[in-house]
Amino acid sequence: MTPLQKVAASILCALFALIVLTTFLLPAHYARQFRDIPNAGPSSAHPLGTDALGRDFLARLLYGTRVSLLLAPAAALLATLVAAVLGSAAGLLGGWFERIVLAATDLSLALPWLFLLLVVRAMLPLDVPPLVSVVIAFLMMGLLGWQASVRVICAAARGIRDSDFLLLARSSGCKPARLLVRHVAPNLRPLFYAQFFISIPLFILTEANLSILGLGVMEPMPSWGNLMRGFEDFSTLSANPWRLTPLILLVIVVMCFQLVLPSQEVAQ
Amino acid sequence: MQARQRTWRERKVIEKKKSTNLFRLGLRRLLFLLCLGLCGALASATLVRFAPGYGVTEREVDPRWSANSIEALRQKHALHQGLPSFYFHYLSALAHGDLGESDSLKRPVRELLRQRFPVTGNSVIRGLGVAWLAAALLASLGLVIRGWFFEASATAFNSFLLSLPSAVVAMLAVHLRAPVFFAIAIVVFPRLYSYIRNLLVRAYDQPHVLAARARGLGNSAILFRHVLPLAAPPLLALLGVSFAISFGAAIPIEALCDSPGLGQLAWHAALSRDLPLIVNVTLIVALVMLAANSLADFAGRTFAGSTS
Repeated sequence: MTPLQKVAASILCALFALIVLTTFLLPAHYARQFRDIPNAGPSSAHPLGTDALGRDFLARLLYGTRVSLLLAPAAALLATLVAAVLGSAAGLLGGWFERIVLAATDLSLALPWLFLLLVVRAMLPLDVPPLVSVVIAFLMMGLLGWQASVRVICAAARGIRDSDFLLLARSSGCKPARLLVRHVAPNLRPLFYAQFFISIPLFILTEANLSILGLGVMEPMPSWGNLMRGFEDFSTLSANPWRLTPLILLVIVVMCFQLVLPSQEVAQ
Repeated sequence: MQARQRTWRERKVIEKKKSTNLFRLGLRRLLFLLCLGLCGALASATLVRFAPGYGVTEREVDPRWSANSIEALRQKHALHQGLPSFYFHYLSALAHGDLGESDSLKRPVRELLRQRFPVTGNSVIRGLGVAWLAAALLASLGLVIRGWFFEASATAFNSFLLSLPSAVVAMLAVHLRAPVFFAIAIVVFPRLYSYIRNLLVRAYDQPHVLAARARGLGNSAILFRHVLPLAAPPLLALLGVSFAISFGAAIPIEALCDSPGLGQLAWHAALSRDLPLIVNVTLIVALVMLAANSLADFAGRTFAGSTS
């Protein structure tokens, strides 16, 4: 690990610690309105001021950080699980199943991902409670974000299928379940980890895009994307530059992930 | 003389084999495209048919309409027909270019697509042009300069752009009154730059390039004669992928920049849960993307075949 990677990893650890401590650090509930002080500047009671509805911005930022930083890894975990099952099965079984999975992957990869998310979002109701909107966003990203990982995992599984050590194990009378658990899974595990970590920054950005467009996490639940919806009014933003903190945090986190994680090529 | 003639004949046979293989590849790709198009159309038909509220018109909840009239209306719209019959009618209408009607805009989807596609196409092509030019120039400059400062600052800048959500880039474009294509270029550029740079670095590290450099060949000669022919096939494949990236980026950018293109139409359809519109727009975009990818892949293989 280079010194720069160590710094990036430390920042990420600090932020994840912040998520855990959010409950104790919140100055007020994220939805509580201080109606007499809307759009207030920073003060000792509200270190980052309040929004147009009088809600404490720091509380919303801390809670939004928790939502975004928990949502993205959860979606990444689901996407990696789907990719692991599909990719491994396709690579190990080969034949028609592999062709069908790879054709479906090609089709999904050719399609702009946001279009696919919009189609699925359009099928679901929009006036849902905030917590349900978080679950919908997480499921949508998790169930539709497996395509890139499938190709990589399938190629690796194909390599293992044709390997000498698997041939030797098979000729020694090793049963399929044991082959999977003792020989295939340990060899594919580093790839699963890499794909999981690579997906996290992608899902953080997708959640931000969806929420800014009003199709992600619903109000009053905050998330980084939700908090950035206020950027449309640049006059307010130039008067209250601390409102940029969600964007700054998002950029720092995504850049840290890019620094720490192995590149897609290394993972391949 | 005989040996030379044999070589010439062999070359002819090899060339013929290559062109036959390319023709077969093109035919297979076309067949694959047709199959995927048919699967996509069936999936679209299923989504439209099973969408919540399918076939329910405003008249059905209007108390002034009698049960007989509503029944007649349903008969007219063929809502009682079975699933196979629905698929048949949907596909035959699709084959005739009839993509149905938008629920929210009350206009034929075909007409909406005809209006919106050129707007997005124009922005995407111009945006891609700017992004490709900037990425290729910066990547080539990095290879010529080869200093740690240039490399570190270019990587940091690229990483920063990669970390920006496209919706934020769109809002920045609105604030700076920048054109839509420029915002698309900003989103696509970092993805292209890192890939082009890696490809060029790999090509530059090839032994024959090192030999050319040792012989004292100039930078531009090395780039155009030795590096680019090697990097061209993957670059052509990247061109196809970059179309998908830019169409994806067009959704938040057009929605927030208020540009009347396909992205804005898809966003509007998702917000108003207009499934016939969003599904058909996605189907057409998917077919265009697949065609672009196949064309880029085919061009890359043809180029690789002609240079090998």
